Amino acid sequence: MRVVLHRRYRFSASHRLHRAGWTEEENRRVYGKCANPHGHGHNYVLDVAVSGPVDPATGMITNLAELDGFVEREILAEFDHVYLNEQVPAFRETVPTTENICREVFSRLRGYPHARLEYIGIEETGANSFEYAGEAA
Amino acid sequence: MPMIYITRKVEFSASHLYHNPEFSAEENRRVFGKCNNPHGHGHNYVLEVTVAGEPDPRTGMVLDLKELKEILQREILDRMDHRFLNYEVPELAGKIPTTETIATTIWTLLEPRINDRGQGRLHRVRLYETPDLYVDCVGNGR
Repeated sequence: MRVVLHRRYRFSASHRLHRAGWTEEENRRVYGKCANPHGHGHNYVLDVAVSGPVDPATGMITNLAELDGFVEREILAEFDHVYLNEQVPAFRETVPTTENICREVFSRLRGYPHARLEYIGIEETGANSFEYAGEAA
Repeated sequence: MPMIYITRKVEFSASHLYHNPEFSAEENRRVFGKCNNPHGHGHNYVLEVTVAGEPDPRTGMVLDLKELKEILQREILDRMDHRFLNYEVPELAGKIPTTETIATTIWTLLEPRINDRGQGRLHRVRLYETPDLYVDCVGNGR
């Protein structure tokens, strides 16, 4: 039996789905209203799943204060209440779909020193959610 | 036959505190923060239990949900609902009743009750302490 701890976080941000190399028509056809020129926003919910042995002295896989601090520094401080396309360097060249946000978030969190990152989930809205567990080994 | 995963959800409310008698008062406060407050505090826990199996062709069921409901009532709710987990649940005595510990204890209590019936196997125990903090115990079968 494996034990996996999940912690959910929230950030609100705007984005625009648009490729610089495509015509406006192409962008409109592929991304629809997500290509509107001034962008739009979502309340994202991030689910971080970590695993590891449970320390008998604390009953914990990892201390939540440490996990919270790490996610705050690595993700929330930079992603919350910003325009992702302009204010997160990774999305200057890469379209900030939730798929690509998952990849960026996973690569930032995989270095967590106190437990193994199993996967992350991101809800863009209550109806759209994505999970990413990194590249297959 | 494809596996079917069937989940039943129950809720219980309980109090707990985190305290390791081998730590100094200061260390307890540093490691456990406000969860170390001496009189404890409580949560509305939400427990989701998933059983995996192939439906019995005669009944179309992996297991009778009424039976699962009774197992959860007897093994978990009768033990933990409206209890102070540190003092009133023998299986947690001497342990730090974190969500990890409670979830693994629930797994240990349920696994024989569900698996020994001969049909369906315990696949996952998911325990929510709050909507933003939950622990999964997942069987090695998948």
